Amino acid sequence: MYRYDEFDHEFVQARVAQFADQVERRLSGELTEDQFKPLRLMNGVYLQLHAYMLRIAIPYGTLHPRQLRMLAHIARTYDKGYGHFTTRQNIQFNWPALSDVPAILADLAQVEMHCIQTSGNCIRNVTADHFAGAAADEVADPRPYAEILRQWSSVHPEFSYLPRKFKIAVTGAERDRAAIKTHDIGLHLKRNEAGELGFAVYVGGGLGRTPMVGKKIRDFLPQEHLLSYVTAILRVYNLHGRRDNKFKARIKILVHETGTEELASWIEAEWQALKDSELKLPEGDVAAIKAYFAPPELPARPEGDDAVRLARLDSRAFSEWLGQNVTTHRNPDYAAVTISLKGIGEAPGDVTDVQMEAVADLAERYAFEEVRVTHEQNLVLPHVARADLKTVYDELVGIGLATANAGFISDIIACPGLDYCALANARSIPVAQQISTRFSSLERQREIGELKLKISGCINACGHHHVGHIGILGVEKKGAELYQITLGGSADENTSVGDIIGRGFGPDEIVDAIETLVETYLAIRSDRSERFLDVYRRVGPAPFKEALYGAEARAA
Amino acid sequence: MKILTANRLSDGEVVWFANGQWVESISQAEIAEDKAAEAALEAAGARGLADNLVVDVDLIDVEIVDGATHPLRLRERIRAAGPTNRNDLGKQARTQHAA
Repeated sequence: MYRYDEFDHEFVQARVAQFADQVERRLSGELTEDQFKPLRLMNGVYLQLHAYMLRIAIPYGTLHPRQLRMLAHIARTYDKGYGHFTTRQNIQFNWPALSDVPAILADLAQVEMHCIQTSGNCIRNVTADHFAGAAADEVADPRPYAEILRQWSSVHPEFSYLPRKFKIAVTGAERDRAAIKTHDIGLHLKRNEAGELGFAVYVGGGLGRTPMVGKKIRDFLPQEHLLSYVTAILRVYNLHGRRDNKFKARIKILVHETGTEELASWIEAEWQALKDSELKLPEGDVAAIKAYFAPPELPARPEGDDAVRLARLDSRAFSEWLGQNVTTHRNPDYAAVTISLKGIGEAPGDVTDVQMEAVADLAERYAFEEVRVTHEQNLVLPHVARADLKTVYDELVGIGLATANAGFISDIIACPGLDYCALANARSIPVAQQISTRFSSLERQREIGELKLKISGCINACGHHHVGHIGILGVEKKGAELYQITLGGSADENTSVGDIIGRGFGPDEIVDAIETLVETYLAIRSDRSERFLDVYRRVGPAPFKEALYGAEARAA
Repeated sequence: MKILTANRLSDGEVVWFANGQWVESISQAEIAEDKAAEAALEAAGARGLADNLVVDVDLIDVEIVDGATHPLRLRERIRAAGPTNRNDLGKQARTQHAA
C-alpha cells in the first residue's frame, strides 16, 4: 500500500500543528465559533447531538493493521471503545472532546492518517472497489489511480472551495462494487481493444434529496489523461455549478439542467486546452505509484481445496459462511473474506476496540497485512489462503464477527440517524436492528437470497436508501418518526433509483411492512435464482402496493 | 414552556442553563414559562456563546410529565438521554451507574 514520503509526513505534521494551535486559540476564546467552525470542519471535526464527531479518512478503504490498531487505541483512549465505519469507507468516532482532537490527530499522523477533506466543499475521500487487487474479475487495480487522484486533490488550491462537496469513486471490474454511478465522478478502469488501460467516465451521479444516476460522458479515456480530464470536469463545475442554492449546487444538478451532451462538450473544450499540459501523467510516475500497490507475493497453497472440503464436512456453520462471505480471488489458492459488521441485532458498521485489534491481528497473520473497509460498512481481508479459511473463521467466531450474512437482508447499510446525527429527522440504527432481529434466522435469509436494504435518517441519504433494493427513509411528521419505503433501487453496474411505494409507516409498523414485502416477493418469484430486485423489475410496484396497502392501493 | 440547551465548547457535552450556570442534567434546567423568562434565557445563551463556554445554543420546547422536564421533540429527548440503541452511553449510562 502507499507509504508517505518525506513531503507527505511534513505536510500532515504541519496540519496537525496548525490545527492544534487553532483549537488552543478557540478554547482560550481568541477565536469565535464563527471563525473556528470552518477550520474544524476542514479537519474533520463535526458537532453532533451528544458530542463532537471526528471523521477520519481511509483512502480507498485500504488499511494497514498498524493503522487499525491505532484506531483501536483512539477508540479506547479518547472515545468510548468503539468506532463507526461509514458508507464513504471512512471511520467516525462519536465522542471525542475537542481538547483531545490535537492529540488524536498526532496519533493518526504517526500511522500516516489524517482527517483532511473529510468535510467541506472540496474533493472528498476517493473510494474504490473493496476487493481491488484481489478480485478474480478485475482488469487492473483501481487504487493507484485513486491514490493519484488523492495526491492531486489534497489541498488543491483551485478546488478547495467548490460550489459543494465532490465525491469520486473508481472500480477496476465490470461488476461495480464501488457504486460509481452514484458519485459526482465515477471511473471504470478497463482495457480497450489494443489492451491499453483507460477509463469509462461517468458524471453527475448522486443521492441526497435529488437522486441521479451518473451519465457516461466518455467510453474510453486513456489513463495518462486522468488528471487533465478530471481537472476539466472540475473546472467546468467550479465555473458553472450553482452557488445560489445549496440544494442545487452538486454537479448532478448542473448535468441535469445543462444536458449531458452539452456539458460533455464544455468539458471536452476545456480538456483540449489541458490534455497535453503538465497534467498528463508521466509513465514513470504512474509506475512508481503502482509499485506501492504491487500485489503481495502469494505462495502456492494447493492444500486449500482439501482443507476447505474437510472443514465443510465438519462444520455446517463454516460451510454457510464460506458460501456467503468468501469471494473468489484471482489466485485460486486464495480468497477474499468479508467480515460482516452486521451481527444480528447490532448497529451496522460499529466495531469495538477489541474487535479492531483482533482483525488487525488476523490481517497480520493470515492476510498479508491488508484490511479493507467497504462502502457497505463491512471489513474485508482481501488475501487469505483457502487453507487458512477455517482458522480465520474460527477466530472471527471468537470475536463475534462471523455472521454469514453478506448481501442478505440483515447486511443493512444504515446511517447514524437521529441517535447521533444533528441533521437526522428519524432514527436509523434501531430500525436496522429490529429488521435484523426479525430476520435473524440465517436459514430464512438464505431462502430470501440477495436483498440489499438501506436506511437513511434524513433526505441527505448517507444510508444510500435510494439505491437499496428496499430503501427506507426516515422523516419527521407532526413531531413523530415516519418511514417511507422505496423499492427497486440498485447501486451496481445497473444502477437505478428506487420508487417511493406509498405512504410511510410508523416506527412500530415498519418492520412488519418490510416482512410483508419480503413475503410478497417469495410468493411471486419464479424460482430461487430470481432475486428481489429482479422480481421488482419484472412485475413493478403493483403487487407490493397491494400487499402493503390493500384496498387503499386499489382505490388510488 | 422552554428551556435553554447547548453543547459545552471544550468537550461537546450536552448542557442546559440553570441559575447562572450550565449543568449536565436536564432535570436541573431552568424553565421559562413566559416571554420575559424566555428572553432572559436567550440573553444567558448569548453570554454563554460570547464567553466561549458553549456552542449551538437553542431554546427548546418542553412539558412537565410526572414531575420531570420532558422535551417535546424526540431529538431533544435523545440529547438528554443518549443514543436509544446503547443505554450504556450518554447521560442515561450515568443514571444506571448511580442506581
